Amino acid sequence: MKSKHIKTLTNLGLKQTVITGGCGECQTSCQSACKTSCTVGNQACEK
Amino acid sequence: MLDKSCVHYFIQNDKHLVVDGNSAAVHVVDELAYELIKSIDENDNLHSIDKLRGFINKNPKFAEVGDEVLELIEANLLFSENLLTDIPRQESVVKALCLNVAHDCDLRCKYCFASTGDFGGARGLMPLEIAKEAVDFLIVNSGNRKQLDIDFFGGEPLLNWDVVKETVYYGLEQGALHGKTFRFTITTNGIGLKPEMDDFINEHMYNVVLSLDGRKEINDKVRQTVNNHGSVYEVVVPKFQRLVEKRGDKSYFVRGTFTSYNLDFTEDVLHLSDLGFKEISVEPVVTDPSEPYAIKEEHLTEVLAEYDRLADIYLERLKSSKPFNFYHFNVELTNGPCIYKRLLGCGAGHEYLAVAPNGDLYPCHQFVGDEEFKLGTIGQGVLNEDLPNEFKDNHVLNSEICNKCWAKFYCSGGCKKNNLEYAGKLTTPNELYCSTEKKRLECSFYIKASLC
Ligand code: SF4
Ligand code: SF4
Repeated sequence: MKSKHIKTLTNLGLKQTVITGGCGECQTSCQSACKTSCTVGNQACEK
Repeated sequence: MLDKSCVHYFIQNDKHLVVDGNSAAVHVVDELAYELIKSIDENDNLHSIDKLRGFINKNPKFAEVGDEVLELIEANLLFSENLLTDIPRQESVVKALCLNVAHDCDLRCKYCFASTGDFGGARGLMPLEIAKEAVDFLIVNSGNRKQLDIDFFGGEPLLNWDVVKETVYYGLEQGALHGKTFRFTITTNGIGLKPEMDDFINEHMYNVVLSLDGRKEINDKVRQTVNNHGSVYEVVVPKFQRLVEKRGDKSYFVRGTFTSYNLDFTEDVLHLSDLGFKEISVEPVVTDPSEPYAIKEEHLTEVLAEYDRLADIYLERLKSSKPFNFYHFNVELTNGPCIYKRLLGCGAGHEYLAVAPNGDLYPCHQFVGDEEFKLGTIGQGVLNEDLPNEFKDNHVLNSEICNKCWAKFYCSGGCKKNNLEYAGKLTTPNELYCSTEKKRLECSFYIKASLC
């Protein structure tokens, strides 16, 4: 169906990643720039 | 069943946005869709798809938009149930170390969580031996992970420059022998930065974090020299500009802190941008609420409004000839991290550890010196086996508050140290942090929506 009213910005498939697993190659989140927060939503997956 | 506990909708300027916390989906919708979604959320009778169909049939104006909303619900992207339960606990390896190479500093910043460099203990420099042991420790404890991070931190790491350099060389050598790649980061206040250091940093450091708060009077009010003599701003700005100019497109951040003295921190972010810096991170101070510069409950409305103002100006600048990147407005919506990463959060205490100059191990840089949280030593390894698991299991799905929060898979549960200081528990987030984090997320989603 063509959406006229709603546009979804995300395409994360989190449920799928439960199965595919995490490779763990990404940087730890707080350490990189901020040093006071654990926000991970701004990181890209390195897989 | 429609799960309404984790759905959040908001209007920012001309954009209507909806976040489905359980699936982490973000939608930009028109006014009609917004009205329908809001009605569903507010109407307790509308708790199942059948009830919803009935409601839509009775309201012809929702006929078309209703199909779109139903489609999202059926795809588990709106009012979705919490399907991400029973996530298997992953094996944990250490992949990042923060080396506090100098428990000493050439500044006496008022808000320093390291108690102006000494972390409440004796001032001291990390011997090369300990730093090398830390490299070995990371290689041995990182399992199959190839990319490892080492962060040179302090105090002020430039006070122990030779050890920084030798550790980098040792890391490169050992990494090559063991099939590991090290990403080095250094955080500096810039006071002792010399041109030859720039070159070394630019060649070997994957990232560099430059501490500067913004406008001269704001920076110098809290970032002061040992005798409070002269302007820190005037010393470090030209040095940072010189380093960044030579850095090319390698990663860096100019990292500022805002306090109750500059709740109009947008001005500081813009000032940093005007100085020519393009990668900017300005964060609220984390401190004891009794300090005069602490951000407190009564400042919250102003802080939140300031993020909105910053978002507007940020968008304007993005479209101008002076774009910049603001760390906390970055959000990855299509290639974001897997569920495991979202549960691990910062990884403090198991994936990420901090090493004091004498080799003592702590969950992260913020815990250094807190004996209760000492994990072991770099020579003997992690001796306290319970604490890493406690950190690991304290994720958003195990926190009553976070599990019901729409931001959970973006935020990952707040800073553990902060939680502990304010609420006395690793898993109980503090209200100030949550409101700020949620506002920054709203702004990031709004910015994405405005750019698509
Ligand atoms: S720390 Fe706060 S904002 Fe973050 S997930 Fe928990 S409740 Fe939400
Ligand atoms: S506990 Fe806080 S300061 Fe420490 S790594 Fe996590 S987010 Fe960062």
